[in-house]
Amino acid sequence: MNRNRLLDLWVGFFVALGIAALFVLALKVANASSFSAGASYSVIGKFDNIGGLKVRAPVKSAGVVVGRVTDISFDNESFEAVVVFAVADRYRFPRDSSAKILTSGLLGEQYIGLSAGGDTVNLKTGDTLKITQSAVILENLIGQFLYNRAAEGGAGDKK
Amino acid sequence: MQFILALFGALGARVNGAITRLGFASRFILAVLRLSGPSFVRFTLTIREIYFAGVMSLVIISVSGLFVGMVLGLQGYDILVRYASADAVGSMVALSLLRELGPVVAALLFASRAGSAITAEIGLMKTTEQLAAMEMMAVDPIARVVAPRFWGGVISMPILAAIFSIVGIFGGYLIAVILIGVDEGAFWSQMQAAVDLGSDVGNGFIKSFVFGIAVTWIAVFEGYDAPPTAEGVSGATTRTVVWSALAILGLDFILTALMFRGA
Amino acid sequence: MAEEPVVSLQNVSFGYDRTRLVLSDISLVVPRGKLVALMGGSGCGKTTILRLLGGVMRPTSGSARVFGCDMTTIRVAELYGLRRRMGMLFQFGALFTDLSVFDNVAFPMRERTDLPESIIRDLVLMKLHAVGLRGAHGLMPHQLSGGMARRVALARGIALDPQLMMYDEPFTGLDPISLAIIGQLIRRLNDALGASSIIVTHDVEESLRIVDYVYFVAEGRIIAEGTPDAVRKSAAPFVRQFVHGEADGSLPFHYPAPPYREQLMGR
Repeated sequence: MNRNRLLDLWVGFFVALGIAALFVLALKVANASSFSAGASYSVIGKFDNIGGLKVRAPVKSAGVVVGRVTDISFDNESFEAVVVFAVADRYRFPRDSSAKILTSGLLGEQYIGLSAGGDTVNLKTGDTLKITQSAVILENLIGQFLYNRAAEGGAGDKK
Repeated sequence: MQFILALFGALGARVNGAITRLGFASRFILAVLRLSGPSFVRFTLTIREIYFAGVMSLVIISVSGLFVGMVLGLQGYDILVRYASADAVGSMVALSLLRELGPVVAALLFASRAGSAITAEIGLMKTTEQLAAMEMMAVDPIARVVAPRFWGGVISMPILAAIFSIVGIFGGYLIAVILIGVDEGAFWSQMQAAVDLGSDVGNGFIKSFVFGIAVTWIAVFEGYDAPPTAEGVSGATTRTVVWSALAILGLDFILTALMFRGA
Repeated sequence: MAEEPVVSLQNVSFGYDRTRLVLSDISLVVPRGKLVALMGGSGCGKTTILRLLGGVMRPTSGSARVFGCDMTTIRVAELYGLRRRMGMLFQFGALFTDLSVFDNVAFPMRERTDLPESIIRDLVLMKLHAVGLRGAHGLMPHQLSGGMARRVALARGIALDPQLMMYDEPFTGLDPISLAIIGQLIRRLNDALGASSIIVTHDVEESLRIVDYVYFVAEGRIIAEGTPDAVRKSAAPFVRQFVHGEADGSLPFHYPAPPYREQLMGR
C-alpha cells in the first residue's frame, strides 16, 4: 500500500501544479480581471462610419478602460453602424455623454472614447447615445485636404 | 501499360489498407470510450497512468519550456527593439507560448516521451500474451489496460502544456528582464494587456486537450494493433511518434484557423 | 446416465480463410477429472484448439462443446461466465510485468470477485503455497527465473479454482528440474482441484509420465490417440517417430523442394 501512497502523492503534486499554472495564467498573465465576468450595462451608439472597430475593442474614458464593444451591426433603415458596448457597473456616466471612435497611436487599434456630459440622470441598459463622432478615415482626410488645396489654388488663379 | 496498371493497383491497395486501418482505429476508440467506466470507478488505475504519462514527463517539459521561453525572449527582443517597442517582448513571449508553442511543443514532447512508452508497453503486453491471458480471465483488456492509459494521457496533456507555458514565460522573463533589462512593470503590464483569458489561455487549453486525445489515441491504438513481434512493436512505436507529430501539426492548423479567424 | 465430458469436439474444422484450413475434422473429448495431452510438431494447430476452447475463435464447422455450452453460437456475456470456470497457462507464463507476484495472483480475484482484501490475501498466499512460492510474493516478474514465473502463472491460473485448466506448452524452455516440478504440479493440482486439464505440448517424456490420454495432431488432423502405455508401444510410423524422436520418418526432414542436384547446378 505504501507504493500507492507515493504514487498518489506524485500525481496529486502534478495536478496541483497544473491547477496552479492555470491560476497564474489567469491572474498574472491574462487580463481576466477586466470585464469577462463582472456585471455591466449595455449602451448603444450609432455611427456613420466605425472604421476598423472590432467586437471586444475597449471602451475608454479619460484613458481608463471602462468597458468593451459587445456587438456591431448595420441598421438597414438609417444606414448607420449600430455599436453595442458594455460598461462595467461600477462606472456611471450621465445620459448625455458622447462617444467617439479613436485610434491609439498612429497605427494602433481603434477604441471607443466616452466623454461624460452634464446630465443628472445616468445611462442605463438599452440607452442610445445622442452624440457620436465617427472614426477618422485617413483616405477621406487626405481627399478633403487635396480638395481644399485645389479649391484654394483655383480661387487664386481667378484673382 | 502493364506498369501503369500495376502502379494503380498498388496505390489502390495502399489507400484501401489505410482506410481500413482508420476504420478499425475509429471502432477501437469507440470501444475504449464505451469501456471507460472502470477507469473512473476505480480511479487508482488511471492515477497510475497519469503518473507514468504526466509526472514522468514533467522534467523534459519544464526544461524544454524554459529553453523555448528564453529563446523567445532573445529573438523577440532582437526584433522588437528595431521598432522601439522592446517593452512588448512580454506580450510576444506569452502570446506565442499560449497560442502555439505551449500546446504544440508540449504535445510533440509528450508524443515522443509518453506516447511511445504507451505504445511499447501495450505492444509488449500483447507480444507476451498478457492481453490474451487477461481475456482468458474474462477481463477485457480494453477496459483494464487501454482505457486507463488513454484517460491518463488525456488528463495529463493539458496540465503539461500549461506548465510548459508558465515555465516558458518565466524563461522569457529571465532573459528580457533580468538579463537584458527590459522594465519589469512594462513586461508584465504589456503582457496582461495583450493576453486574453478566453481567446488565448482558453483556446490554448482547448488545443492541448485536443492534442492529448489525438496523441494518446494514436499511441494506444498502435500498441494494441502492433504485430506481436519485436520488430512489430518497434515499428509501432516509430509510427506513434510520426503519426502523432503529423496529427498535432495538422490539427493545430485547423484549430488555429477556427479560433483566431480575424476579430 | 453417462456424465457429459467437460470438453467435446466433434468434427471441428477451422480456417482463417475458406481456402486454407488450419484444423480439419478434429474430434476429441476430455472427461471430467482427466489429464489429456495434445501432441504434435510445432505449428500443427495445437494452440488453435485451445483458442477454440477459450472462445477466442469460433469453429468454421463442426460442434465444439465446453461445459455443455455450444462454442459456435455462444454469446459474449455467456462466454465471460464460462471463462470464469477456465484457467489457462500461457507458453511463457504471460505474467503482468507491471504487477508483483502477489498482485498477479490476486488479479483474477480482484477483477472477477467482490472478496474483501483480507480474504484475497489469504487465498493468494494459499495458491502461492501450493506452487511452493509463498516466500516470493513480494518479487516482481522480472526477478523470477523461467520456471518460477511458470509456477506463479500456474498459481494465477488456479486462482478462481477452475474446472478446466488449459496449458499451452508448459514445458518449453525449462531445465529438467523445473520441468519435472511443473509436470508434478500439473498432475497434483488437477487431482486436488478435481478439475480436468488439457496440455498442449511437444515434450513427450514428461507428458507421457503424467497424462491419462494422448492425442497426436499433425497438419491440422488427429492422426493417432491412446493411453500413454499404448502410445509407447504403438507401431504407427508417425507415433514411433514422434515418441522416439527420430529425425526422419513418416514426417520428412526436408521441407518440399525441387531436386537438390537440379537447384545446385542451376539452370
